[in-house]
Amino acid sequence: MIQDLVIYVIFITYAISVLMGFGTILTWVERKQAAVMSDRIGANRAYLRIPFTQIKLIWWGLFHGMADGLKMLLKEDFKPQTYDWYAYAVAPWVVFTPVLLVFAVVPFGGMLNPGLLFPALADWFGGRTYPMQIATLDAGLLIVFAFGGMTIIGAMLAGWSSSNKFSLLGALRAGSQMISYELIMGLTVLGLIVIYGTVDLDNIVRQQSGVVLGWLPAWGVVYQPFAATLFMAAAIAENKRIPFDLPEAESELIAGFYTEYSAMKMGLFMFAEFIEIAIIAALFATLFLGGYNLPYMNDRGFALPGGSVIEMSHGAVVVTQLVVFLAKMFVLSSFQILIRWTLPRFRYDQVLRFAWKFMFPLALANLTVTAVWLWLAQG
Amino acid sequence: MTMARKPYVRKKYWNEPQMGWYERAYLFEILRGMAITSAVFLRNMTKWITGRKGAITTYYPEERRWDYAPGNRGKHVLTQRPDGSPQCIACNMCATVCPAKVIEIDAALDLNDPAHPKYPARFEIDYSRCIFCGLCVEACPEDAIRMVPEVPDFPSGNRGRMWIAKEELLTWRPLKDVAKPYPPKGAAVEVRGHG
Repeated sequence: MIQDLVIYVIFITYAISVLMGFGTILTWVERKQAAVMSDRIGANRAYLRIPFTQIKLIWWGLFHGMADGLKMLLKEDFKPQTYDWYAYAVAPWVVFTPVLLVFAVVPFGGMLNPGLLFPALADWFGGRTYPMQIATLDAGLLIVFAFGGMTIIGAMLAGWSSSNKFSLLGALRAGSQMISYELIMGLTVLGLIVIYGTVDLDNIVRQQSGVVLGWLPAWGVVYQPFAATLFMAAAIAENKRIPFDLPEAESELIAGFYTEYSAMKMGLFMFAEFIEIAIIAALFATLFLGGYNLPYMNDRGFALPGGSVIEMSHGAVVVTQLVVFLAKMFVLSSFQILIRWTLPRFRYDQVLRFAWKFMFPLALANLTVTAVWLWLAQG
Repeated sequence: MTMARKPYVRKKYWNEPQMGWYERAYLFEILRGMAITSAVFLRNMTKWITGRKGAITTYYPEERRWDYAPGNRGKHVLTQRPDGSPQCIACNMCATVCPAKVIEIDAALDLNDPAHPKYPARFEIDYSRCIFCGLCVEACPEDAIRMVPEVPDFPSGNRGRMWIAKEELLTWRPLKDVAKPYPPKGAAVEVRGHG
């Protein structure tokens, strides 16, 4: 019993530090990648000076995230003469918390056997194994959508309680946009559920370590390339980033639903946005890119298409899976930042038309084709 | 007879977007755009990784801007004799000609150098008032003061900190590049320090 507690405390600490780390690093990656993409240098002035020396650690401006956090903590926490102070105070947390909670069902590694990893503790653990996932729930994907939908409430609360017309307009846009795109996200994932026959994310990842057509890794993106594209687009819209950042449109709405927020409350909204980038990356990797596994890899090593098997030690497998998952998350986050700095913004009516008249029929068609194809394949 | 007026039709000066199915499908054009930005990213990133600069930006105070003219009048320098003493003879001509009255010189006597017995004990320039006209350089009979392209680097909120003293003016030391021959012809020179 106490063994479970130890293991899950370690898992939770790992997951939270990964998310917080990603949130902080991505603020820097976003600036730096945008700068390199547009022939600039980017943030490079913040430094840490080692006390009592003149050695300044600049590290390509990596400490700008720290400087930002410090600035937000030290700024005046301005409060408007607000209509509903309780909703105003609670809104950032309603946005921030579900984003973290989503990660609870995302598997960041395969089956962990601590006894095998640390032979000294083998007796204490007595052969228990743990899937590397905070909450081992059969309803994984449903939980993702349930918590993902809660951020809408936070955005609406923030806009409504600020008693500011820009905030209210932003919240209105956020609500209609997020609900529209949430629907499309769900529809695109339905095709995968039809194929894998489960909503348990760990199970989905395990099914992706096989081979399809003789040599292709059985990744979701191979089965559902169309759904993968739609899912990515809908997820970025769900995260309210350019090209879909209408709720925050600076040129029209100042900052949208968090216009009236300052200091760390505003920081929470921003941080939630950056963590959601990482979450989207993690979800996309889990659903479409084989999750924590390399191609042809499973919990015992590699099973290559030719039929040859490479056995790996348990420690090597665990480390590989953790690293591979982080690497996939990072690459996909970087890809989202590439999209954000490449595409111009839609108009508001275009965003909704794009959702309902373009992506919605495509998602439905994708689902239909998948279902018919599966029905034919099963005879 | 009434003239039949034609209704005013506003002239159309814009182009209707002409998009085929290829553009309307979004995806291909989006991919093209992302290929362009990724290509720029990869090009610049390769430059950064291989130690070149992937940006045209100048690190301003640390680097000289590329668009300075070679004859840009930045900050002043004092030229030196081969022994490191300033070529300046403290004649005060630069201070006299200076329209902004920014040069302050205290002359002193050095009997060890009979060719140039007068030298500046203090030579200071106030850059909070200097107008960088270069008249001091033209007035100097000894080629002792010059201006280099680098600009003085002190953005400051305090005017008192915007002075440059003799020690800093003497940090420029290409000793061979002086117009005056040394030692001067027809003068016996005792090298300082033999005293």
